[in-house]
Amino acid sequence: MHRLVENFLCMLGVEPKKPGRNSGQISEEVRRIMEIKREDKSRIKEHLHEQARLKPRHIWRKRRWIVLAAVNLLFVFSFWLDIQLLEGALTGSRFAGFHLIDLNAALQVMLAHKHTIVNLIIGTLTVFLLWVMLGGRSFCSWVCPYHLVSELTEKIHLTLVQRKIVTEHEFHRGTRTVFWLLFAVLAFVTGYTVFETLSPVGILSRALIYGPGLSLAWVFLLLLFEVFWSRRAWCRYVCPIGLTYGVVGTISPLRVSYHVEQCFHEGDCRKVCLVPHVLDVTIKGRATEAQMGLGPDCTRCGLCVDVCPTGALLYEVKGLSELL
Amino acid sequence: MSGSEPDPVSRPKVPVEKARRARRKFIRSAMLLAGVLGTSLLGVLPVLRARVQRLRPPGALDEDDFLASCIKCGQCLQVCPVKAIRLGDIDEGAGIGAPYIVARDQACDFSCDVMQCILACPTGALTKKKPNFLPTREGAGMARLPVLKARVDMPEPAIDLKERMGLARLTRPEACLAVQGKGFFGPARGLAFKGRMRYTHLNRWKPIAVRDHPYERELCDLCVTECPFKDAIELEAFTDSGGNRRFRPVVLEQCVGCGVCEMICPAEPAAIEIETRAVWKTNGEGG
Repeated sequence: MHRLVENFLCMLGVEPKKPGRNSGQISEEVRRIMEIKREDKSRIKEHLHEQARLKPRHIWRKRRWIVLAAVNLLFVFSFWLDIQLLEGALTGSRFAGFHLIDLNAALQVMLAHKHTIVNLIIGTLTVFLLWVMLGGRSFCSWVCPYHLVSELTEKIHLTLVQRKIVTEHEFHRGTRTVFWLLFAVLAFVTGYTVFETLSPVGILSRALIYGPGLSLAWVFLLLLFEVFWSRRAWCRYVCPIGLTYGVVGTISPLRVSYHVEQCFHEGDCRKVCLVPHVLDVTIKGRATEAQMGLGPDCTRCGLCVDVCPTGALLYEVKGLSELL
Repeated sequence: MSGSEPDPVSRPKVPVEKARRARRKFIRSAMLLAGVLGTSLLGVLPVLRARVQRLRPPGALDEDDFLASCIKCGQCLQVCPVKAIRLGDIDEGAGIGAPYIVARDQACDFSCDVMQCILACPTGALTKKKPNFLPTREGAGMARLPVLKARVDMPEPAIDLKERMGLARLTRPEACLAVQGKGFFGPARGLAFKGRMRYTHLNRWKPIAVRDHPYERELCDLCVTECPFKDAIELEAFTDSGGNRRFRPVVLEQCVGCGVCEMICPAEPAAIEIETRAVWKTNGEGG
């Protein structure tokens, strides 16, 4: 419970705490594991040499991109080819007749309009349950089209940073929480779904399905900002959709779990992560349990799973994995 | 951090640097907040300013409520058999992603019979039943439910549209062929026109291109004959200044403002147009 709250606060912007060395927060098992690791330096060195030339195979990234493309193309072709399987756009749709409503869009509409109808509630509840099961922010990395384009342009940004052409600018992670609150208040006060005018998720989804428009210029500006100024700025510091789904995923059974015994604390995972604070637990001395789920801000994208050379990070379905 | 501290030893460099970085980060974050919020509010401005309203699909709530409740998913667009609906772009501010109709290019001719767009709307932005707390503007409500000409022989000829989209108005009477005493022969809008319409006597479920259905009229009365509704518009005789007996279209109270008359009008630009969200005034001359 304590860790659940801590993870939740971390998602809102609070820095993750270091466990006190002698505070008794670190379990006996972890202490023993760390002790063994300290005495086993040669094996670790050997391993590092072995891994030096290995490139990650990015199995999960491949799977994820396929799923993301498939979902978005299903929207597109349902309209273009008149298959009518998944009608609408990401903000609201119908899958084989069942209403699906994006949670953040639903929230904006409810706050702005101050009235809900049955279909809206049904669609919102369905999507809510879906993402409770599938891990909240999994929406971001497995469905959101902006995530994909941003992930691709991130490579340009990282190259530019590496060549010292641009400098990385970080923002406070709490900014996103403030954005979430302000957009909610704005919707309520102005009576417009203010966030929707700027949401690159809605814009991209509609552009894919209904054809491009002027609004793509805004998405392009965002990408430029991310390439030349701040890595993944929209997803990390602005997007209220991400936070909404993050909250939904707090109690989700599907997550990435960390196994300290396998971890050599090399930090590769944190370098590729969109939300590296959820991986602070992989820093030497931070783990308190032998196996820990990452916090709700984790998008379950699996980049860390792909990149970890020792298999310390794995997808896990809580409860189910223990049964198997 | 003014540097006036006399003892440099008691203020190690690292925390100062750290504090400075934290402050910079805070300021940057505040600027990001201001920037994005400012831009998002810019989006609301065009709606507040330009009250040139878009013609919304049938059953749309009043403009502010419509924009508040529309979730911008385009499901209404997807089900429209004549593809009358388009979605707003970012230059329409809060109207981004919201459906509208350009009647001159492609009017809603109600050829789906049941207002599919309303059925598709997940949020009630398009609705047959307005929530109780939203009032109906005077003259926006239909006196009687509109009767579709295509359904007059059916047991339930009226459709459940309680409020009008707008009203047709003869904005350029001098351009009207009937007023000039002229007829019309050929495709109503020329051969390049892509708009479609249902011609019930050909196939009530399959709209065809207007250009594939040429007309022969000794006196042009397309706006009257092609109007999908009963008792919405009629030709009225009058005597012009030269003493000639002429006719002009007169919009009646059963006009819902669908825009078929504007689409079909052979005059260029159209002599009859839809006034978006106009209301019926009982003392006035139709529209």
